[in-house]
Amino acid sequence: MGMIGKAGVPTASEILEPSSASLMRKRIFGHYGLMIGIGSLLVIFAIALLAPMLAPFDPLDQELSRKLIPPIWSGSAKATWVYPLGTDGLGRDYLSRLIYGSQISLLIGFSAMLISGVIGTTLGVLAGYFGGRVDMVVNFIITTRLSMPVVLVALAVVSLVGNSLWIVIWVLGLLIWDRFAVVVRSSTLQVRNLDYVAAAQAIGCSKMRIIFSEIMPNIMNNLIVVATVEMAHAIILEAALSFLGLGVQPPAPSWGLMISEGKGLMFFHPWLIGIPGAALFVLILAINLMGDGVRDVTAPENRN
Amino acid sequence: MSEIIVSASDVMRTFMISAGVFRAKRPLHAVNGVTLDIRRGEVLAIVGESGCGKTTLAKLLLGLLPPSGGDIRLDGRPVMTIPRLEMAGLVQPIFQDPYSSLNPRKSVGAIITLPLVVQKDQDPSTWRRRAEEMMALVGLPPRLYNNFPNQLSGGQRQRVAIARALINRPEVVICDEPTSALDVSVQSQILNLLQDLRGELNLTYIIISHNLAVVEHMATRVAVMYLGRIVELAETDQLFKAPKHPYTMALLESVLTPDPSLGIPDTHLGAAYPNPVDPPSGCTFHPRCAQVMAHCSVQAPKRVPVEGGHVECHLFDANLGKEKAIA
Repeated sequence: MGMIGKAGVPTASEILEPSSASLMRKRIFGHYGLMIGIGSLLVIFAIALLAPMLAPFDPLDQELSRKLIPPIWSGSAKATWVYPLGTDGLGRDYLSRLIYGSQISLLIGFSAMLISGVIGTTLGVLAGYFGGRVDMVVNFIITTRLSMPVVLVALAVVSLVGNSLWIVIWVLGLLIWDRFAVVVRSSTLQVRNLDYVAAAQAIGCSKMRIIFSEIMPNIMNNLIVVATVEMAHAIILEAALSFLGLGVQPPAPSWGLMISEGKGLMFFHPWLIGIPGAALFVLILAINLMGDGVRDVTAPENRN
Repeated sequence: MSEIIVSASDVMRTFMISAGVFRAKRPLHAVNGVTLDIRRGEVLAIVGESGCGKTTLAKLLLGLLPPSGGDIRLDGRPVMTIPRLEMAGLVQPIFQDPYSSLNPRKSVGAIITLPLVVQKDQDPSTWRRRAEEMMALVGLPPRLYNNFPNQLSGGQRQRVAIARALINRPEVVICDEPTSALDVSVQSQILNLLQDLRGELNLTYIIISHNLAVVEHMATRVAVMYLGRIVELAETDQLFKAPKHPYTMALLESVLTPDPSLGIPDTHLGAAYPNPVDPPSGCTFHPRCAQVMAHCSVQAPKRVPVEGGHVECHLFDANLGKEKAIA
């Protein structure tokens, strides 16, 4: 102790202990899963933002004379670099539809995740922190929600209220908060019994300060993982709803809708399903890799 | 400024324990009638087995739990009426496990200055300097200001916890097993630090411990707890030289000696610690007492005042508690 060097001269221990920011950077860049996840997500994000510049054609532009051109790797004589991913049954450029479709998938994923995250986290923290009656009420709400089949309820609501993009987002957001609530509740229960929460109470912290500055930062890991899982969940559910004809409405280019529209032709033109399916797969994988990576990198036990 | 800083009279705290889905909840009297006066500047140790209610008593004194019965006064005012922030300025805890008492997401500096932030201290520009002064006082190098708890050793963490507790200059510090989670070599450093700080900052300590060596080293008075009651309260010298209550005797005999040829001491505490939900009748200690008498299982002993404290045992009762047992 007391190993402080003379003015301006760092001691051995200061040299041997790099700053926490540089350690953090090292851990982020050393985590391949995180880098791959963030990298792919950034690419998809950039594609979505720059869609009008990147897409070679209008995604809604139909031309039956050029319908069902196969993608260039098919080896077919009809394949052409003008339509690298081919065209669909109505002659729309598949690459352009895929590029514009990323906008819808990301928008739905983020928005539904935010809505469900706010609802689920609020309920979970309240139940975990206050316990007793509050916990009983929240548990009842969670059980009620869990007893409703998401796709059926979503179908019913969308067919009653009609479907627009924002109705789909709100329906999904209001339906998939259960995992947030369950995970946040149990992690709050664990954290609230730790001594540092008791110390914060003894210091005189208000309940709000305890929840936001003592409990929330320590359940953030779990929250981030659930958030990424739920974002992926929302994107898949949107694809499922669109596939069933009750999500995003044609002719808007959604990846789920593209799969749905391709299903009738899938035996002879399998790329109509394969291409948007692969895009969905890459997006979901990237989100999940990023979530796992963020959890690994920010966990305090890995901070050395 | 009264001489008595903490005063507890007949304090009770009952928890309702569920016995099963279809059974009624049963009461557990964790603290069952504690009467205690703590003088300004003294070091009161509370000793007893696990589950005797030491920690619950500490939480009651900190105002973290409301008492189910009785009255706790701090500086003459009932604890539950003191506003939260003022209470925090008067009493501070130091916890047993420095690995769980520091928020792993916060830097040492943020942890130590948090009490200043919460108390809306007037002069934020001085916070850092005051935190560093406090760190120097508890023996932490100021370069650790921006470090995180998991980069510190157990002893350093406990010093951070002590700095956090003392930065607002409380009157009373409640230490719940302050050293039992630390290495033996660090324990004495922390205890000596607490001793030094007490003189420097004029503190009153309540030390909860089951380590009798720590108690003998630190305390001016000792309270022995058994099943939620203080069965003996005496000056430290008095208690270690001439213990009165049979339970205190058994506790003192249970200390291991460094000489292995003496073997493991026989405490005569044959029976296991009773279930606090279902305490024995009469004197709750009677099933384990070496000097048990016929009426001990019938009649609860009264509090008998002795020099520097009290003892609750029929052996010291003028009429041996026989009056009701015979009637």
